[in-house]
Amino acid sequence: MSPRAAARLKQFDFTEVYEYRAGKLDWMAAGLATEGENAARPRAGTVARTDVPICGVDDRLGDVRERTQAAGWDVAVVTNASRVVVGMLRAQELAGDADVLVERAMRPGPSTFRPYVPIKEMADYMSEHKLDSSPITTSDGSLAGVLFRADAVREAEGCPDCVRKMI
Amino acid sequence: MAAAIDRDRLRELVARGAQLVEVLPAEEFREDHLPGAASIPLQDLDRDSAARLDPHRAVIVYCWDAA
Repeated sequence: MSPRAAARLKQFDFTEVYEYRAGKLDWMAAGLATEGENAARPRAGTVARTDVPICGVDDRLGDVRERTQAAGWDVAVVTNASRVVVGMLRAQELAGDADVLVERAMRPGPSTFRPYVPIKEMADYMSEHKLDSSPITTSDGSLAGVLFRADAVREAEGCPDCVRKMI
Repeated sequence: MAAAIDRDRLRELVARGAQLVEVLPAEEFREDHLPGAASIPLQDLDRDSAARLDPHRAVIVYCWDAA
């Protein structure tokens, strides 16, 4: 659509015309602000908790468990040095052998969601799929936070469905 | 053919005064749009609607994605 719009503007004698081909989806997936009716409505990225414990694949599980519990969490996210999500440690994995490395203990490749997804849609999806928590990531896979189903369901109360489904 | 730009370049150009135009239907614009963008749906884009824009400044058009 944007190539056709750019072509038309060129026909109208606009001389400096650019196309942002990745478009609104790319902008929103990066967690950047928008304007409009949905801008003030809660989304996955605004409800997600951002202080989640993170660890690397080479960390010792027992050390991660201690840090996670001390911070009051029962889940930790495994990332690389660039905060790209590579795995999750939920309660079941965190309860494993203290001496194994996270690499061996983690649940790899968790489903992730983008920050722009309306919270109503997230709440419905997480309830339907029985997801207690989900990492929220930007378009480059970087961790933005962890969304808990209980938070999503609470925030979704009274929120209308949006026209466009995002998941 | 217009130059394709990425998100970083878009921000640079906007900071220098470029005009942002969303060409999706107005309903989608009402829901969400990039900060400062104007709405000119593709089916409404003609010389009259384009007259809202300054032809002497850069214009960046976008829709939903590259598809």
